[in-house]
Amino acid sequence: MDKVKYVNIDGRDIPVEGEKNLLEVIRKAGIEIPTFCYVSELSTYGACRMCMVEVEGRGLQTSCSTLPEAGLKVKTNTAAVRQIRRVALELILANHERDCTSCVKSTKCKLQDLSRKLGVEQVRFRAVQKPRVVDEANPALVRNPNKCILCGDCVRMCGEVQGVGAIDFAYRGHEVVVQPAFGKNLYQVQCVYCGQCARVCPTGALTPKSETAAVWRALQDPARTVVVQIAPAVRVALGEAFGYQPGEVTTGKIVTALRMMGFSKVFDTCFAADLTVMEEGNEFIRRFKENRALPLFTSCCPAWVKYVEQFCPEMIGNLSTCKSPQQMFGAVAKGLFSREMGIRKEDMVVVSIMPCTAKKFEARRPEFRIDGAAEVDHVITTQELAQMINEHGIQFRDLQPGSLDLPLGFKTGAGVIFGASGGVMEAALRYVYEKVEGRTLESADIREVRGEAGIREAEIILGGQTFRFAVVHSLANARQVIAGIKSGERQYHFVEFMACPAGCINGAGQPVSLDQDYARSRTSGLYGADQMLQLRKVQDNPYLKELYAERLGEVGGERAHHLLHTGYTARRRMKGKSMVIVDGQAAGKLEIRVCVGTSCYLKGSQDILHHLAQYVLVKGLSDQVQVKATFCFEKCDKGPTIKVGDKVIGHCDVNKALAAVEQAVANGAGVTGRP
Amino acid sequence: MCKPETMSEIVFKGRTGLHRVLICTGTGCVANGALDVYALFREQIRLQGIELVADFAELDNIARDSRALFISRSGCQGFCQMGPLVSVEPEGILYNKVQAADVKEIVEKTLLGGEVIERLLYVDPVTGQACRSQKDINFYKRQHRLVLAQCGDIDPESLAEYRAIGGYSAAEKAWVQMTPEQICQDILAAGLRGRGGGGFPTGRKWEMCRIQPGARKYIICNGDEGDPGAFMDRSVMEGNPHSVIEGMLIAARAIGADEGYVYVRAEYPLAVKRLRKACADALQAGILGDNVFNSGVRMRIQVMEGAGAFVCGEETALLASIEGERGMPRSKPPFPAQSGLWGRPTVINNVETLATVPLILRMGLERFRALGTNGSPGTKTFALTGHVANTGLIEVPFGVTLREIVMEIGGGITDKKGRIDPGGFKAVQIGGPSGGCLVKEHLDLKMDFDSLRSIGAMVGSGGLVCMNQSTCMVAVARYFMQFTQKESCGKCVLCREGTRQMLFLLDDIVEGRATPETLALLEELAGVVQKGSLCGLGKTAPNPVLSTLKYFPEEYLAHVRDKRCPAGECRQLARPEILAGQCKGCTLCGRKCPVKAITGEPRQVHVIDPGLCIRCGVCAQVCKFNAVTGFQG
Repeated sequence: MDKVKYVNIDGRDIPVEGEKNLLEVIRKAGIEIPTFCYVSELSTYGACRMCMVEVEGRGLQTSCSTLPEAGLKVKTNTAAVRQIRRVALELILANHERDCTSCVKSTKCKLQDLSRKLGVEQVRFRAVQKPRVVDEANPALVRNPNKCILCGDCVRMCGEVQGVGAIDFAYRGHEVVVQPAFGKNLYQVQCVYCGQCARVCPTGALTPKSETAAVWRALQDPARTVVVQIAPAVRVALGEAFGYQPGEVTTGKIVTALRMMGFSKVFDTCFAADLTVMEEGNEFIRRFKENRALPLFTSCCPAWVKYVEQFCPEMIGNLSTCKSPQQMFGAVAKGLFSREMGIRKEDMVVVSIMPCTAKKFEARRPEFRIDGAAEVDHVITTQELAQMINEHGIQFRDLQPGSLDLPLGFKTGAGVIFGASGGVMEAALRYVYEKVEGRTLESADIREVRGEAGIREAEIILGGQTFRFAVVHSLANARQVIAGIKSGERQYHFVEFMACPAGCINGAGQPVSLDQDYARSRTSGLYGADQMLQLRKVQDNPYLKELYAERLGEVGGERAHHLLHTGYTARRRMKGKSMVIVDGQAAGKLEIRVCVGTSCYLKGSQDILHHLAQYVLVKGLSDQVQVKATFCFEKCDKGPTIKVGDKVIGHCDVNKALAAVEQAVANGAGVTGRP
Repeated sequence: MCKPETMSEIVFKGRTGLHRVLICTGTGCVANGALDVYALFREQIRLQGIELVADFAELDNIARDSRALFISRSGCQGFCQMGPLVSVEPEGILYNKVQAADVKEIVEKTLLGGEVIERLLYVDPVTGQACRSQKDINFYKRQHRLVLAQCGDIDPESLAEYRAIGGYSAAEKAWVQMTPEQICQDILAAGLRGRGGGGFPTGRKWEMCRIQPGARKYIICNGDEGDPGAFMDRSVMEGNPHSVIEGMLIAARAIGADEGYVYVRAEYPLAVKRLRKACADALQAGILGDNVFNSGVRMRIQVMEGAGAFVCGEETALLASIEGERGMPRSKPPFPAQSGLWGRPTVINNVETLATVPLILRMGLERFRALGTNGSPGTKTFALTGHVANTGLIEVPFGVTLREIVMEIGGGITDKKGRIDPGGFKAVQIGGPSGGCLVKEHLDLKMDFDSLRSIGAMVGSGGLVCMNQSTCMVAVARYFMQFTQKESCGKCVLCREGTRQMLFLLDDIVEGRATPETLALLEELAGVVQKGSLCGLGKTAPNPVLSTLKYFPEEYLAHVRDKRCPAGECRQLARPEILAGQCKGCTLCGRKCPVKAITGEPRQVHVIDPGLCIRCGVCAQVCKFNAVTGFQG
């Protein structure tokens, strides 16, 4: 055994036990060093200068970037240290929109908290805020640069943990701003709305977009019947907002609170999760037998789905066609259950309570509409529910637990663990195993899929074949797995993907905590709830059986397919404006579009464009023809691609292009309506 | 090993009748028309029927007693203010400010007639004496040109000329005869310290990197010289690019690197071009490439243009920039020698440091150590600018005094109108926006790393800006703060927000809004930014403020308490007034005033309305009777 290393902190010797930096050791010693830019799950950045301490022989050092070498003598509270922290805080505050009382983040804001703790009572510097536009074009997140303190936590989260890189620093010096590329808003770029940026944002610069006002309106509209579903992860985290320990299950109190607020029916997303397992399990068994479109990717996580559409659209076929539990719930509630309740589906409002910001985006996807109306009308996060409970004045701790409504409130343990990384896979395996093997599982606990590692893989024998599966959380890991699958280095039959680290329990809609122990507690809360249930496999859910028997017919059958399945589309491109090269004015002008996206450009589309423009001018067609340089037709493998009128021409070259235009003009295109 | 020879010694050895005309084609001289002068020389020589040699290699083809003319272009000779510079050898005549029209006369009178053209000689501004050659000019006489010696002597684009004066012999020795340990030890023993500002012992840096495990290491030359007014590195890169490459080769051998980058400011296109050519020529000659000096070892060098940010001169930001990332510094440790470019051990040296390395190996440690002081051996280049008679690029041994540089090489301080003013010295800003000011009491301070550090200043990049009595030191501090706050990368709070707030406080001071609290806050903030910033840029950004506060507290006080600028430079504090006794009522000031703030009937005393006046100073400039006062402190 190595000798234990010690670091001396304010006169006390503190053992170093694998901490990666001095800051962690100091915090272990019970001294809360202030930080903005230090998040243990991200790389060390060293920009906020708040964590400075005095190290004997080295002077002032940022403790986040100092290795905890044996024998260091550290003072954490010298005059110089206090002065730096205070001046740094004042400087940040001088460049901050200080409308704290009406800020969403008020009382949970790190800047506010540290200002109070460090006793900053005045800001001696000139207020230098230049108002910037608030980005709220998307349904999930609000980005308010006026509250940004440039700690870069969001940038590193998005890039390092999620591998998305939707936001980064732009400009220099005091002009620096965190924003999507080219100053676009989040809605226009490849953001997947996982909201992890908002989870780590210390201030109100990135926050989940609130929908509580719409929900209150619906609740108070007598013409509407409002039903609500509670996602699995909500029950183990909402309590934190009311002083309960993370992981403590408060489903009963939540039900009571929701009834008090006026929800007609309080249901459980776990029921829909059971339904998802049924459909997805069968989808898997079919693909597994046919050895087709494997590995199957789960599609419960909307951020992951958008990630695939955005970054690897060629793998959309691998995604399960099952809707997510949230959307299955909406489809069943409006499509089947409204009639049972005796109301028209137009009068039913479906609200979801989710740990997630991407669910807000998912609910608005055009794929998830039933007769023109959204399957799910409003999505509020766990945080928003806590706020509504407070706004209503409900004393949450004093509530008597209530029970969920039937039938859509009845679930098995399989549906509950959906909220944790590995849960979907475990739930599916509980079903698939019995279905394929035709015998009962000895234990419902499938430990192979549990754990914390970002990529977990295992194999079991299923129907005489080796069945390989993986569980992946966080999108940077997903990227790695996808690359491995593409290269053939990784071979699986079934992969569960969740965008958020540790799964939905750590979603951006949950009460904010950067303490990894919170995630652990919430996860064990879910597994505990699973243990407590008598029924833990979806195939045992009597109400589910009834639903299939009475309404849906066969599992994976036509009716079920119509209601519960969907498809996705590639969205690799940013919306780009096309550039008009020749601007014909004739009413019936012939439109020629030449793709100048990277792939086509490299294959010579610029040359085609050039010759086309020349040709049009030489032939005197500049009135009849409009030539545009445009972006991707999503046919990169067939590039260069051009479009003459409605005709798409792949593998195009100059001769082909000119011939096509000649023919189109000979056929009379562009001649009609010539002024 | 023998002393590096000069081109003249080589060219004229065993020859009679040969002339050499050397035209400085450094950026300054080119801007003043040196390329036209060069072209005209060639034409005139052709017209006069003189045999012309334009390439060093051709010299071997002419007879020993040929009366040919060898014409060559050199890099910067340093006396940029007097360019274009033309030397005629072997006579050693130096003509300055040569224009196209002078060329014919030089060819006819000097080359053919052996006559010196007096009007093209440099005239000493103090003694009024014409100086025939470099040796006679104080600007050169007091210098010791070591790194710059070849810069103004050889054709920077000629590998042959560089090799003729012994170039690459040091690299060859390092690769063929020396072990990496030996090289590190020799450079450490020579006492070479980094010329980029910090003065860290180069040998120790190399040794730190050498002992790191890992098959791949990198050597990087930092040519991102960004200080306003500094151009030492540019001159070396433009004037003697091979010396930089050779230094990198030696460093590569010492640390075990097989790849190198020269990171050059994109604003130095000529340096980029010449370095690229030097790399290509060296590659072709087998000096760089897969088999360096037949060692079987590979070494390649790429020239990379900078990303246009001042902060990229900071080594960790420079690394990020080469990696294709945003140029932002990161915390040290780990130091680049441990984990640098792409996480591999990397040495980053400044241009001048690397250019000194081959000279040390060629001249020997003892001779190098004999120059300069014990703690700072060798020489240092400085860019001498500001209110001084001779401006330009200079090189002196460490340990000369500020007085020698300013008064002798610089020829003394000049006043507002450019005349030498013996009592005019106020301060010298050393090290640009990261440096501090040196004042009268420092005139006899030895200029070396340790002496400067002892008074809280630093050698820095080597910019020396001389200032006379008409300079407002608060305005100087504000100028540099404006620069650094703009060039902050924006990463760390103290630098990003702190420099901006310091600028606002300085604005308050020079515009008359300051209170005593402003001064206290400025001093506190400057101290915090200095102590707490992430990188060198932030840590040194307050230096101009802190040093002017230290040496010129009364000037700050005058601005704050009396709302008065003693140097008369801060216009917002001016209280212009027309002296009734002197005003003749000529109406000129009233007509020139851009805001119609001056009223008065012809031949009557005029009056300035202080509410309307924008303190532009036009009235004082145009008044023929010196009737407008209040613009002087």
